[in-house]
Amino acid sequence: MKFSLGWLREHVEIDGDLLEITDRLTMIGLEVEGVTDLKEALRDFVVGHVVSTQSHPNADRLRLCDVDIGSGMYQVVCGAPNVRSGIKAVFAPIGARIPGGDFVLQPREIRGVTGQGMLCSEKELGLGDDHSGIIELDTELKPGDSYAAAVGLDDPVIEIAITPNRGDCLGVEGVARDLAASGLGKIVTPKIAPVPGKFESSIGVAFDFAPGFADACPYLVGRLIKGIKNGPSPMWLQRRLRAIGLRPISMLVDVTNFVTFDRCRPLHAFDVDKVQGDIHVRLARSGETIEALNDQTYELTEDMTVICDDLGPIAIAGIIGGIRTSCTEDTSNVFLESALFNATRTAATGRRLAIESDARYRFERGIDPESVNSGSEMATKLLIELGGGEPSTTITVGTKPGKEEEISFRPQRVADLGGLVVSAAECRGILEKLGFLCEGGGELFQVLRPTWRHDIDGEADLVEEILRIKGYQSIPPISIDRDSLPRPALSLVQRRIRSAGRVLAARGLNECVTWSFVSQIQAEKFGGGDAGLKLSNPITEDLGNLRPSLLPNLLTAVSRNTAKGHANLGLFEIGPRFLGDQEEDQQIVAGLVRSAEISGRHWLAQSRNADVFDIKADCFALLEYFGFSMERASLSTDTPIWYHPGRSGQIKLGPKTVLATFGEVHPGILSEFGIEERVVGAEVILTNLPPPKPRKSRARPVLSSTDLPVVERDFAFLVGAEVPVGDLLQAVRSLSGKDSTRSIFSGVNLFDVYSGKGIETGSKSVALGVSISPKEETLTEKDIRRISDSIIEKVEKITGGKLRK
Amino acid sequence: MDAKLLSDQIRDEYVGMIAEAPSLTELDSLRVTVLGKKGRVSQLLAKLRDLSPEERQAAGGVFNKLKEELNQAIEARFSTLDAEQLAAKLSGESIDITATVRPEGLGTIHPVTQVLDEVTEIFAGMGFAVAEGPDIETEYNNFTALNIPADHPARQMHDTFYLPEREDGSRLLLRTHTSPAQVRTMSQASPPHRIIVPGRTYRHDYDLTHTPMFHQVEGLVVDKDIHMGHLKGCLIDFARTFFEIDNLPLRFRPSYFPFTEPSAEVDIGCSVEGGVRTIGEGADWMEILGCGMVNPRVLSNCGLDPHEWQGFAFGVGIDRIAMLKYGIRDLRGFFDSDLQWLRNYGFSALDLPTLGQGLSR
Repeated sequence: MKFSLGWLREHVEIDGDLLEITDRLTMIGLEVEGVTDLKEALRDFVVGHVVSTQSHPNADRLRLCDVDIGSGMYQVVCGAPNVRSGIKAVFAPIGARIPGGDFVLQPREIRGVTGQGMLCSEKELGLGDDHSGIIELDTELKPGDSYAAAVGLDDPVIEIAITPNRGDCLGVEGVARDLAASGLGKIVTPKIAPVPGKFESSIGVAFDFAPGFADACPYLVGRLIKGIKNGPSPMWLQRRLRAIGLRPISMLVDVTNFVTFDRCRPLHAFDVDKVQGDIHVRLARSGETIEALNDQTYELTEDMTVICDDLGPIAIAGIIGGIRTSCTEDTSNVFLESALFNATRTAATGRRLAIESDARYRFERGIDPESVNSGSEMATKLLIELGGGEPSTTITVGTKPGKEEEISFRPQRVADLGGLVVSAAECRGILEKLGFLCEGGGELFQVLRPTWRHDIDGEADLVEEILRIKGYQSIPPISIDRDSLPRPALSLVQRRIRSAGRVLAARGLNECVTWSFVSQIQAEKFGGGDAGLKLSNPITEDLGNLRPSLLPNLLTAVSRNTAKGHANLGLFEIGPRFLGDQEEDQQIVAGLVRSAEISGRHWLAQSRNADVFDIKADCFALLEYFGFSMERASLSTDTPIWYHPGRSGQIKLGPKTVLATFGEVHPGILSEFGIEERVVGAEVILTNLPPPKPRKSRARPVLSSTDLPVVERDFAFLVGAEVPVGDLLQAVRSLSGKDSTRSIFSGVNLFDVYSGKGIETGSKSVALGVSISPKEETLTEKDIRRISDSIIEKVEKITGGKLRK
Repeated sequence: MDAKLLSDQIRDEYVGMIAEAPSLTELDSLRVTVLGKKGRVSQLLAKLRDLSPEERQAAGGVFNKLKEELNQAIEARFSTLDAEQLAAKLSGESIDITATVRPEGLGTIHPVTQVLDEVTEIFAGMGFAVAEGPDIETEYNNFTALNIPADHPARQMHDTFYLPEREDGSRLLLRTHTSPAQVRTMSQASPPHRIIVPGRTYRHDYDLTHTPMFHQVEGLVVDKDIHMGHLKGCLIDFARTFFEIDNLPLRFRPSYFPFTEPSAEVDIGCSVEGGVRTIGEGADWMEILGCGMVNPRVLSNCGLDPHEWQGFAFGVGIDRIAMLKYGIRDLRGFFDSDLQWLRNYGFSALDLPTLGQGLSR
């Protein structure tokens, strides 16, 4: 909402300066978004009279003009096609700062002639983009007068943001009311007196709504004005409109616009001579169309309110008028319509037809029903004053909405809810200044809201009114103190999520945040694509589905970073994936990928690429950090199809609960992402991890340390090539602590897996070292032999493997 | 027998040789020659047998002294030669220490995570717990219960992402703010409440300053006597702690949200010079969050009696305050997963913010 300071002062007498006014506006909830004050920028520019022009001796396109600015004559070289003798234009003397070009005008020779100033275009003045010619001014203006003052650009323009509840401040009157209530200035808004009608309107108006739809337009007043003379508006009116960025069109249109912005009362003026028969207000019929004032033709539907004559729609109610009955320079008989259109319906219609208009903007925020009549009177008065003519008596259709319900208000609530002590008398004073009617007094009064404040809904709103007028800055802040012992703010899962990122970052991975969306194709490739998780209205198809996995977006990131030449990529994200639309279908997952060289070329080390065991290590690191004993998990190879079938695994708890999936990403998938290298990836489902066992105390297990020497023994087994090494290791581990010496296997370390030369086909050699830690006594050779024998026996029993001799 | 003479002969003969022994090997052979089992000193000692007890005692003293002197000479030479040998060995072992170390992957934490951890830490200090809710929400929780009417523009397809309409005509949506978690908390647990709810939120917007997904943290305090003074105190404390500026100016402006009444927007002071915004005292203001007292209609919708309970709620854009605090210019970089960006704006795994050690380095 824009208005100029001068316009505001027509409604409120204020002593304060611009800064005080704008600060106050912001602090009472009418946030000032900007102030444009052209007075300074246009200081040097004056009205110039082009007395005569002649051709430039050395250039066909240029003219030499003699410009009278009252105090003297100046010669100007001008190339504008519209320059001619007799017009009035904007003159810039030498030394003027040209705002549009950000330079100071210097005497400059143009083809042998030195100009003594410049005639300016809109663009040169920084007022717009028009550079097709110079600005032509009203010929009535006096040469030498300040240009800004003459056209009203010396009036600072204030733009405020209006929250959706404050439609009443979409008129200058409403803004002034709020300002005055806050103690800044005194209301001087001119009163509107009814204009007596001289005759009865020859045009009838009727509502034509099916039962149940009457609320589309409950109330309308109309007036026929005959014998009016249209033409340009007077300067004061043009200035008002121009200051807020509206182009003056004609007196008839300008007056309706003025009332719209002055009183928040949109109106429409129809050229009666173009209206066929009477006027009807009804819902549109399917298939009806209207050619609107913006030169667009709209197809209407049955839920849109229209104003019609016998031939069809002549306006889309509360939004825009039609061309067929619009006012032109020749219009002499007008029908002035002022109505109450349903906010919701107007909003829906405007949205569907994608029409933004000042009328729609106001109607959809709710209009003061009282303004139907007063706005009509004000416009009638202005029209007759400016264009002559005679008004009919007022036609009234429908009924104005009845009296509002009262709100019980306890002034004590301002302190209890708002934290600011304000006396009952002061509360009442503020409310009354805002237009509320208060009855009773003391601890409780009954409040009737003003007709323009539809947003006021209860006691809390009244508290807000008082607080905002007093200013939120006057509420004393009170710190919130913890009312108990310090407690963790995070739940177990939240803590795991928080720690998981730190664990992975500590392992050298970079955390990303990617969209929760993937494309349909990606969703399908990663086990999703369910129609129920497809957005009805995605931004683009690429962002069309809720992701079933974190991997697609991470692979996209790999691809993009690889293209930029980054090797050694390790990325992770912790976030949701969606297996369905219910709360429990949303899992929080740590997704991770590693690609290319995990250690690049280096003089001390061999370069190598990230492999399955790097990503497996990441998964294990996470699970072990959360205190999850890997002995409780099983490792299987039944991985989803987007993994390499022979180089991937799942860590499960029981038969169903998957804790993590890891492995090389299927090369077929990678090629879809344009990735040529092998990439390993994993997803650890943080929400699937079981909670740790409840603990009675924070005490650690008692340390059982011993000085007894640890014995290292190496074994090499020949086992079938198909035997998982994990089974063999597990067989060994299962003997830990089982010997009569209760020795613990403090390490079972796989150090070689070999097949090939020297090993028969179909077999492999698996070598491991076992660290045997005695519990009570140093192990004797006999003990060690017994333990070794049991290891060999167990491995043979479980895997069929034989010790290599 | 002249013990002294014999002793002097050996001393004169060997002490110089020992002191000048060129290597440890030669020193050792000298040692064997003089002090070995069959060495010169042993030979002298063997002669003692033939002497009278008195002579033996006198000569023994002389020979033992000689032995001691030779031992000391050998030890002295040994430590010199040993040190020389070590020095020679070490000088042959020198390497070029300007060469590079073995590379180690430097992981990073995303600024969104870091800032979320900072925010959590601050509110944890004020006794808040962290609650959460799903990204896929019902229209009721996201809008209706929050007093956002059915025809509100925010509910339109151009603002909110919807999932397909189901058979019963209902539609699920992606939460447009974290506020539905207020509804879940108030409907499921008994007051008083003191929670924050961080999470992903979604709006149908994609341009220079909007992304279809962004992060918010919601706050909710409900009790019997919580008023707007507490709201102000809490958020002033939060903003000053978060931005780590004790005198950070804050401005509470009246605003409008359907789910709070009264409502406010909060600006922090800043200054802009040469296109760079600096947070702190200055000529400008920068909006950082919206807040207000929970609308009585929302309380009723969640089964609380507004005559008994009241409180405040707020919502902060995590990405936005991360940008402001850490000088990140472009929102879109947050979601690009560009390694250079992640390394530049990311945080070390060890930078876990705490109030005790300070939120940031």
